[in-house]
Amino acid sequence: MKLIVAIIQPHKLEEVKGALEAVNVNLMTVSNVLGQGRQKGYTEVYRGMREAGGLLRKVRLDIAVNEDFVEKTIQAIVKGAHTGETGDGKIFVLDLQECVRIGTGERGSAAIG
Amino acid sequence: MNAGDTAWVLMSTVLVFVMTPGLAFFYGGLVRRKNVLSILMQCFIIMCAISLQWVLYGYSLAFGPDTGWGIIGGLDWAGLKGVGGAPNGDYAATIPHLVFMIFQAMFAIITPALIIGAFAERVKFSSFLVLTILWATLVYDPLAHWVWSTGGWMRRLGALDFAGGIVVHVSSGISALVMALLLGKRIGYASEPFRPHNLPFTVLGGALLWFGWFGFNAGSALAANELAANAFVTTNTATAAAGFAWALIEWRIHGAPTVLGTVTGAVAGLVAITPACGFVSPLSSIVIGAAASAICYMAIAVVKAKLGYDDSLDAFGVHGVGGAWGTIATGLLAEKAVNSAGADGLFFGGLHQFLVQLALVGVTVLYAAVVTFVLFKVIDALLGMKVDKKSEILGLDLSQQCESAYTVVE
Repeated sequence: MKLIVAIIQPHKLEEVKGALEAVNVNLMTVSNVLGQGRQKGYTEVYRGMREAGGLLRKVRLDIAVNEDFVEKTIQAIVKGAHTGETGDGKIFVLDLQECVRIGTGERGSAAIG
Repeated sequence: MNAGDTAWVLMSTVLVFVMTPGLAFFYGGLVRRKNVLSILMQCFIIMCAISLQWVLYGYSLAFGPDTGWGIIGGLDWAGLKGVGGAPNGDYAATIPHLVFMIFQAMFAIITPALIIGAFAERVKFSSFLVLTILWATLVYDPLAHWVWSTGGWMRRLGALDFAGGIVVHVSSGISALVMALLLGKRIGYASEPFRPHNLPFTVLGGALLWFGWFGFNAGSALAANELAANAFVTTNTATAAAGFAWALIEWRIHGAPTVLGTVTGAVAGLVAITPACGFVSPLSSIVIGAAASAICYMAIAVVKAKLGYDDSLDAFGVHGVGGAWGTIATGLLAEKAVNSAGADGLFFGGLHQFLVQLALVGVTVLYAAVVTFVLFKVIDALLGMKVDKKSEILGLDLSQQCESAYTVVE
């Protein structure tokens, strides 16, 4: 089991969701996050005072999958989120030790899908 | 007695009243989310405290029969004794004395509330409350007496302050600077970004200020007449010019006009036209408004940044500087053609009035600064003016009010 964490542009969320659903990955957790990468932050001006270092809005997806879904999921996220510009985001793949479905008490691979 | 005048001044009273909640949101949006309730609370408690102070003795000190030197009124009208339905011919012959009193009460309320901008995010609530009541008693009431009461020495000298440039804005603005200097900076000031937590609140509050200011300025004619009309038009025109000018300045310097800048400019324009609105023409009001933005922008974005004092929400930069400019501009641009009870300013051949206005700004700055300094030192020694470091970092909402403005989890 793997946990796939993807940081993407907020306006790409719907396309990524569509691409994931097309490969039958329907379960995900979505959160609003702030961050900066090579894109760097931005500068705001308040009453003539420049405030540098503002963080950019991003969307984070947390998706737990079984091994045979890992590549499909990665491909789908890249397909949906790619523009080629700086700031498209990143995908992290982590080993997942355990998964429990709270409703039924199922564990492991059976609990993921 | 005149029903039209009475209705207009009562309506204006309501308009001035709503400026304090408006100011609360103007300021509230500018602080960080952990301090927004402390600002709203400070404004709201002032509405309670000064309403009482004014009825019990404040009105009598400010407008009561002079005690001899034009410095302070006596306690003859304390508890509103003798202040009733019959008009007082000295102040407003066509409206009940009580209506004049409650109209003035709203000015007494908003003035100390303006100072909040300077000490936002770091003042102890109890000390703030004591300071506010003493400041109203020892700074606002005497100044209102000097400028507006029949026996006041500034009034006898020929001071022109239609709606409170000296009494309201210079007094609160300079006191704000003293407070900011004595209190010191907020933790992290200038080293970490301090972003306004809710600019839509600030814009809403700024719009409410503009709305209420029609009562503040046009209501100060104390009658529904042509003078009120002039004050109304100059107020709107100066404000428009000021908001527009600030946007243009930012556009030129930073590449984009900000909404915060535009609203700040509008408020600077409102402040500057306050002493002048009943004495200048609409065309002159454009000059007053546009220049107010240029001058206040310099004060906030250049001078404050260079000197490094932490006037959190620019109470001095907008009200002190804008009020002083407006008072001096009245000495430049006032015309007897607009208001025969006024005077001609420097640009209309009246050097004397210009010098009077300059002197009055100087005296007001000195008086308000000294009294605020002493009040601060006394209260600081007895109660402590600033919250401790832990409370400041936690935020005043939790440390002073024991509540939070926004929930994170449901």
